[in-house]
Amino acid sequence: MPHAALDLNTPTADEVKTTTCYMCACRCGIRVHLKDGRVRYIDGNPKHPVNRGVICAKGSAGIKQHYSPARLSKPLLRIGERGAGEFREIEWDEALALAATWLGDIRRRNPDELAFFTGRDQSQALTGWWAQQFGTINYAAHGGFCSVNMAAAGMYTFGGSFWEFGEPDWELTKYLMLWGVAEDHDSNPIKLGLGKLKARGAKIVAINPVRTGYGAIADEWVPINPGTDGLLAGAFIHELLRTDRIDLDYLVRYTNAHHLVIRDPGAADDGLIARDAEGHALCAARARSADAGIRQDEGVVLVRAAAADISPLVIGEFTLGDGRIAVPSFQLLAERFLDEGYSPASVSARCGVEVDTIQRLARELAETAFDQSISLDQAWTDTHGRVHESMIGRPVAMHAMRGISAHSNGFHTCRTLHLLQMLLGAIDTPGSFRYQPPYPKPAPPPNRPGKSRKDNGALDGGPLGYVQSPADLLVDAEGRPRRLDRAYSWEHPLAAHGLMQSVIRNAWAGDPYRIDTLLMFMANMGWNSSMNTSETRRMLCDRDEASGGYRIPHIIYSDAYLSETVAFADLVLPDTTYLERHDCISMLDRPISDADCAADAIRQPVVEPDRDVRPFQDVLIDLGTRIGLPGLVNDDGSAKFPRGFAQYMVEHERAPGVGLLAGWRGADGSKAGVGEPNPDQIKRYVEHGCVWEARVPDAARYYKMANREYLDWAKSLGFLGSTDAIMLQLYCETLQRFRLAAQGHGPHQPPTSERERVERYFDPLPFWYASVSLPGPVDDALDKTAQARAGSARDADYPLHAITQRPMFMYHSWGSQNAWLRQITTRNYLYLHPQTAQAHAVGDGDWIWLASPLGRIRVQAKWHAATAPGTLWTWNAIGKRKGAWKLSADAPENRDGFLLNHLIDELLPPKRDSHRYANADPVTGQAAWFDLRVRIERDPSPGEAGHRIEMRKMGTAE
Amino acid sequence: MTGLPPPAARKLGLVIDLDTCVGCHACAVACKEWNEGGAFGPLPDQDPYGAEPHGVWFNRVHTYEVQGFGPSSAGSACKLAASAPSQGAPTHPESRPSTGERPVIPDPANAMSVHFPRSCLHCETPACVTVCPTGASYKRAEDGIVLVDEDKCIGCQLCAWACPYGAREFSAKRGVMQKCTLCVDRIYNETLDEADRQPACVMACPTRARHFGDLGDPQSKVSELVAERGGYALMPELGYKPVNRYLPPRPRRAGGTKPETRPAAEPIDTAQMSPLLRWVDRVLSR
Repeated sequence: MPHAALDLNTPTADEVKTTTCYMCACRCGIRVHLKDGRVRYIDGNPKHPVNRGVICAKGSAGIKQHYSPARLSKPLLRIGERGAGEFREIEWDEALALAATWLGDIRRRNPDELAFFTGRDQSQALTGWWAQQFGTINYAAHGGFCSVNMAAAGMYTFGGSFWEFGEPDWELTKYLMLWGVAEDHDSNPIKLGLGKLKARGAKIVAINPVRTGYGAIADEWVPINPGTDGLLAGAFIHELLRTDRIDLDYLVRYTNAHHLVIRDPGAADDGLIARDAEGHALCAARARSADAGIRQDEGVVLVRAAAADISPLVIGEFTLGDGRIAVPSFQLLAERFLDEGYSPASVSARCGVEVDTIQRLARELAETAFDQSISLDQAWTDTHGRVHESMIGRPVAMHAMRGISAHSNGFHTCRTLHLLQMLLGAIDTPGSFRYQPPYPKPAPPPNRPGKSRKDNGALDGGPLGYVQSPADLLVDAEGRPRRLDRAYSWEHPLAAHGLMQSVIRNAWAGDPYRIDTLLMFMANMGWNSSMNTSETRRMLCDRDEASGGYRIPHIIYSDAYLSETVAFADLVLPDTTYLERHDCISMLDRPISDADCAADAIRQPVVEPDRDVRPFQDVLIDLGTRIGLPGLVNDDGSAKFPRGFAQYMVEHERAPGVGLLAGWRGADGSKAGVGEPNPDQIKRYVEHGCVWEARVPDAARYYKMANREYLDWAKSLGFLGSTDAIMLQLYCETLQRFRLAAQGHGPHQPPTSERERVERYFDPLPFWYASVSLPGPVDDALDKTAQARAGSARDADYPLHAITQRPMFMYHSWGSQNAWLRQITTRNYLYLHPQTAQAHAVGDGDWIWLASPLGRIRVQAKWHAATAPGTLWTWNAIGKRKGAWKLSADAPENRDGFLLNHLIDELLPPKRDSHRYANADPVTGQAAWFDLRVRIERDPSPGEAGHRIEMRKMGTAE
Repeated sequence: MTGLPPPAARKLGLVIDLDTCVGCHACAVACKEWNEGGAFGPLPDQDPYGAEPHGVWFNRVHTYEVQGFGPSSAGSACKLAASAPSQGAPTHPESRPSTGERPVIPDPANAMSVHFPRSCLHCETPACVTVCPTGASYKRAEDGIVLVDEDKCIGCQLCAWACPYGAREFSAKRGVMQKCTLCVDRIYNETLDEADRQPACVMACPTRARHFGDLGDPQSKVSELVAERGGYALMPELGYKPVNRYLPPRPRRAGGTKPETRPAAEPIDTAQMSPLLRWVDRVLSR
């Protein structure tokens, strides 16, 4: 355009529509600018509570995702061998009829023969419900592969979680400690928050073996050895206790620190909380004349621990009514962490952090929490009805994610972090970590996983939930796993998100049983969402020797793109892009709230599909209707939701008045949270930028776990069933119930082979252990000497840690096929500290082999100063499989890029009885991919490019 | 050769805060997206799904590690010689690492990662304009924005050679030079809400590290920010007088007080007796 005629007032678009981004799990509000029926531009919605108008690289690149050449365009039926990627296009009627035949047969025969696993989707409020109606217990999303350790440890400890369910008090915190965070679900809110902290002069400390992203702008970087964070946090607790810098008043008000724990070794209730006849927990307190209770010597009385205005004791041995001894749980905690094993001098070498640094950081935490405490001039009322004139704040905040969770010690490590927060009085106070509504929930939340089928074939509860005791496990009469992935079994009792990483292996092995159909949605389980990827791909194609049929008889896959997993499907149901469908970011699933406002959101179609594709949610409802699932058909058999998911979003009620969307309920849209369906609900969302918000009242913003106004407000919106105070579980009685079962108590006990393991890992107080992935018999690993011996043998053979980090510009975005994002990085390297490189004679840019017991991969090394010596790392999920994503055959993603997954075993080495556990946290089943140990092997031609994979044959692993 | 307009009072430009840039590339992609369909687009991509995808970007983010200089030198980290661009932006030739030498191995805890967004600095005396044989490159008299009139551009690339900052991008597909326009088609665009009349990169930046305004006005917010934070121009010694400013990393808040500055009033001698005993008589209230 000649600049003499430059028109700077050209309208951007014909039309602007709001919706919600889907390029990762952050779920920002976006404005889609449309011109001539095409997407011209996507930017952040300034009025949206998540992103306040900002947008990340992925969000802006959404336009390239939407117009990607890798989009599927028609249902596909496999005609070649599995894995060959040979299909013929079929019509939707044929595809749906075929799927309905397979699924209908299964449901009549045994619903558990359907394994339904979804990936990084945000539709679990629908998909989980659908699985429940179908009646299969074999459902989960990808949380077991992702960060269930964070979710489970948080929910069982304080009814909340890091993840995207809580946040640092960005406005008031003075000190932020980031544990194992490179990039996170809460991507843009964290970035907005870090900007505020930097402007205000708050200190940021990044604890991570690698310094990228957020760590880059941190004031201090602590290059810790992978898997030792629990030890470092334990040393901080040691220091706080040693120097008596803890908030005991906070502990007795909001946690169970003062609850009495029965000390009666061998008894069926040893280690449980002492309770009175009505089941109320007891504590010891200074006696006042009016107190009723069990009198002790010296003016001490045992009273209900939840009583107001008492003066509880946290140290001492007290005599219960039956003459037995009990001690406050705080005392047990203090004894554990004052132990020399958690002293800075003891942990320093293992963590790779200097003693002085550990002591200084502990001191900084205490100084910030106590010497720089803040007081907000805001009155509030506690659950006892007492009015407090101000809100006292401990301005120390923490955030943690994958570096903590992806280890087999992640559950206890995360619990250690939460205890550290509690000791500092820094959970939901001004300046500390804050809950985001609908959290806090009771710890743990009351919903248990469904176990049995009702007359109509539906499960009696959602397939995922929180077990409270051994009675809730999904095991058979002999204590064997009932779920295909062994979640909620004695092997992984608190597997709140399932074990997606075990599904293909177990279905292939028929252990615990064979299935008929594997239904996957957006889960790239044939590539980066699996461990031991090469072997997993073989299992998907493997045939049964006797019958000649595939060991996994049917595979149905729904994806919008030609991902690596498509080639393994028998039937492909092509999904739309996120700009072409309705979606629901529901309070029943994983909402987008922040600490000051409850919020949920929708997606609306902003463009029509130009291909023969359908939204997976619509397809799921259609399939369910065809096979007559309860809740999807009327009494006469007709479809209840003929208009698909958009209709379901509005009309479906989970409980009376509670549906997927909390906003504008009631016939006239005047109700929030609870109210009858409103036919205009979606219209109202669209009018408000596709988002609904409810501000937390001013007096309810902090101390939510014990704040009457907050609890009343949360109950009125349907977030909580009761307004009782939520007690933080410094001592986790649930864990002790499992330990007691392992010690031979109660009607539900683990099989003999599981007892030692359950007893060890179900410790009601957190503890640190190296990892469960040591070579050699796992039972030996339970023995400390053997563990040390096996550990040093492993260290000698595989001396280096190998982990992944998530690049901000591709995290969760399937970005390697995105024309713009892949220009930022088309391939990954193996990064290592120059010191590590020189110790292994690796030159900058050399091609080397990385070996684990499973095999070896050829990768290109790059020196990287901001990496802890002894740790190797690479960007996650950039390597692609040739033939996928419509990338050319010589694309760097498949020529030079790589996955570490090939080297990570999905199983632990066999124990004496030859059983192999999942390579996972023994409490939660969280995939332990950061436990990976490797060695470097030289290549004769280090200058010659090219990624290669050399796997040992099955069964020949070292 | 092309002449410059008389110095103007108004100098629109960007102020980029290296203290808060996390290297997320949001600015780069938002820029690409806006300009792809804007008055100065498209920004062509070559081989987008092939072996060597590359395209025109007006804004790129480079990542450097700076080895072991310790907290005190953090402020000048970005001015130090870079080692390897560890990941990230489409690499510009100037920023490629020299692979020959082995650096002294520093204390890893002192290693820094620096993210450095780079785009046209809208210099007051830009060599890219004066070198232009056709008048295609020009500096606007009214606000100082440097633009390329594609109708006059012959694609000779003299401007790219002249610019020491690597701010210009040649589009082989279109045969013309392209560069940051400071979103001139946004900032004056009356069809947009007033709040949206900012460069796309500034709107997008998730840490709010990017600021836009009139650096010729000492009272403007951006000028005040530069004064307050010691904002600096890139390579001022070359004499092109860049308008854009970078804010250096703030001094890192290194540590707390020295040990034992707060002696605890212990009721017991914890060396002799169990440390638990000090909590025995603690009066707590629930």
